Amino acid sequence: MTNVRWMILLAALAVACVAGLAIGPVAISAGDVLRALAGSGDAQAVAIVRDLRLSRVCLAMITGAGLGMSGAALQGTLRNPLAEPYLLGVSGGAAVGAVLAVVAGLTAAVALPVAAFTGAAAAVALVLLIARVASGRADPRILLMAGVVVGAFANAAIMVLLSGAGEGTTRNALWWMMGSVAGAEWGTVRWLAVYAVIAGALLVAVARDIDLLALGEDAAAGLGVRVSSATRRIFLLSALLAAVTVAGAGLVGFVGLVVPALARAFGMRRAREVLVASAVLGAALVVTADVVARTVRAPSELPLGAVTALVGVPFFLVRLRRAA
Amino acid sequence: MITLSQAVVRYPGARVNALDGASFVARPGCVTAVVGPNGSGKSTVVRALIGQASLASGSARVGPFDVATADRRALACTLAVVTQREEPTFPLLVHDYVMLGRYPHYGAWSALGPGDAAVAEVAAARTGAADLMGRRTDELSGGEWQRVRLARALAQGGDVLVLDEPGTFLDVAHEMAAFELLDELAREGRTVLLVSHQLNLVARYAAHIVLLHHGRVVAAGAPTDVMRGDVLEPVYDWPLVVARDPAVGAPVLIPLKRR
Repeated sequence: MTNVRWMILLAALAVACVAGLAIGPVAISAGDVLRALAGSGDAQAVAIVRDLRLSRVCLAMITGAGLGMSGAALQGTLRNPLAEPYLLGVSGGAAVGAVLAVVAGLTAAVALPVAAFTGAAAAVALVLLIARVASGRADPRILLMAGVVVGAFANAAIMVLLSGAGEGTTRNALWWMMGSVAGAEWGTVRWLAVYAVIAGALLVAVARDIDLLALGEDAAAGLGVRVSSATRRIFLLSALLAAVTVAGAGLVGFVGLVVPALARAFGMRRAREVLVASAVLGAALVVTADVVARTVRAPSELPLGAVTALVGVPFFLVRLRRAA
Repeated sequence: MITLSQAVVRYPGARVNALDGASFVARPGCVTAVVGPNGSGKSTVVRALIGQASLASGSARVGPFDVATADRRALACTLAVVTQREEPTFPLLVHDYVMLGRYPHYGAWSALGPGDAAVAEVAAARTGAADLMGRRTDELSGGEWQRVRLARALAQGGDVLVLDEPGTFLDVAHEMAAFELLDELAREGRTVLLVSHQLNLVARYAAHIVLLHHGRVVAAGAPTDVMRGDVLEPVYDWPLVVARDPAVGAPVLIPLKRR
C-alpha cells in the first residue's frame, strides 16, 4: 500500500515533467522528449528540450519541492497546520529585497535573486530575534506572531517604496511578486539546486525531531529533544529553503500551505514521509502550474503564483472531502 | 533513582518560585508519589527532570545523570515521562506513535529495526494497548490514548518512569489497572514517580509520598505519615478527615462540607 502511494506520487511527477518538456510553442511528442533527454534524436528537439525547457522545469521542481518541504517541516515543528514559510516573514522580506533592487534600477541577472534572498534571510533573522527577546526561547506561538508582524511591516514598506516609483518599476515589481519560472537560466538553477538539495537533506535528517516536536514541547523534551535549539534550527532551515525558491521564482503562494496537507491526506504520517512526499507533490504541482501558466494565454503568460492556487485548490478540496 | 536537592525554579516573569528548595529521593523498586494542591509545583518537578524548567540553584539527578549537563538523548534512554497533556498535531498510527519511544536510542540516519518493533509490541501488550496498534491516534478514547502513551513510555526502555496524573481520563477499572501496572513495574526494579491529585489511590500504591506546598516539601514519608488530617488540612486549606478504607485498610481522605 505504501509503495503504491510512492509510485503514484513519482508517476505524477514524471508525467508533469514530461508534459513540461513536451508542451510549448513547438510541440514535441513524449517519445521525442525522452530521446532528447538522452541526447539522441532530432537536433532541434534536443536544443529546445535541453537548453530551453529543462532549466525551466528544473526551476519549477526546485520551487515546488522547496516550498513543500519548508511548509511540512514548519507545520510539524510549530504544531500548526496553517504554518507555512510565507506566513513567517520569508515572502515579505524577499519582496522588500526584490522591490528595492527593482526600484534602485539594478538590472544584472543575479541582482534580483540575491536581493530577494538577502531580504528573506534578514526577515527570518529578525523573526528569530523578536522571538528570542520576547520569550527567551523559540516559542512557536511567538515565532508565528513575529512572522506575521514582520510580514505586515514588509508589506507596508513595499507600498511606500512603490507609491513613489514609476509605472514600469511598479509593473516589474508586481510581476516578480506574482511568481514566475520564465527566467530560468542554468547558471542560477544549478546553484539553487545544490543549495536546495543540501537544505532539504538537512531537514530530512531532523525529521525525527519534527515528529517529536509535533507532540508538544514537554513530550519532545522527555524523548531527548533540545526543544528550543531544535525548533530554531528547523525554523532556520525551512525559512532558508523557502528563501532560495523565492530567489529563483519570486512569490509562488499556496504551495507551502497546501502541499503538506495533501501529502498527509494521501496517507503520509511520519515527518520523513511527509517531507519527501511534499517535495515530490510540490514539484509536480508547480511544474503542472507552469505548463498551465504558459499555455492558457500563449504567447503571454499567466502569473505562476495565481495558477498554483487555481490548480491546487480544487484538488485540495476533493482530498479534504474524502479525508473528512 | 531520582534525587532532587534544594531545587529552585522560577519561571520568567513569575513573582514567586515554582520550586523553592524542594528535596526528595525516589528509589528504585517502589512507587513514589508527589502530591499537593494546584500550583504547588508538582508539574514543575516533572519539567525540571526533563530539563524544561532550569534550576536556579540546587540539582536534579536521574540515575547516573545530572539533568543540567546530561546529553538529552542519553537521559531519555534512562528516563521516560508521560506528561500531563499531549496531543499530536497530526494523527499518527498508534504503532508509529509507540515507536517514537525508540527514537532516543538512535541518531538521525540509523534506522529502527525489527528489534524496536518487538519492544513496542511488548510495551503495548503490557499496557493493554496491543489491539490498538493499527488504529490512528485521533480515533482513540481518552482512556485508550492514556494507555498508548504509557506504552510509548515503556518502549523507551529506561528504568525510571515519571508520570504526571496517569489516572486522568481513565474509568475506575482502567485506572486501577494502570496503578497495578505501575506497581508491578516498580517491583521489577524500576523507579516510578507519580505526580497525582488522587491522594486516595496514591495512598494505596505508593510506598513513599512527598507533599508539596508552595514549591516546598512540607511532608514526606510512608502513606500513614503523610495522609493525616493535621498534615493535609493546612496545605489544602479545607476541612477534612482521614479514615481507613474498609477493604484494605489504607488511609482515605474525606473532604468535609465547610458548613
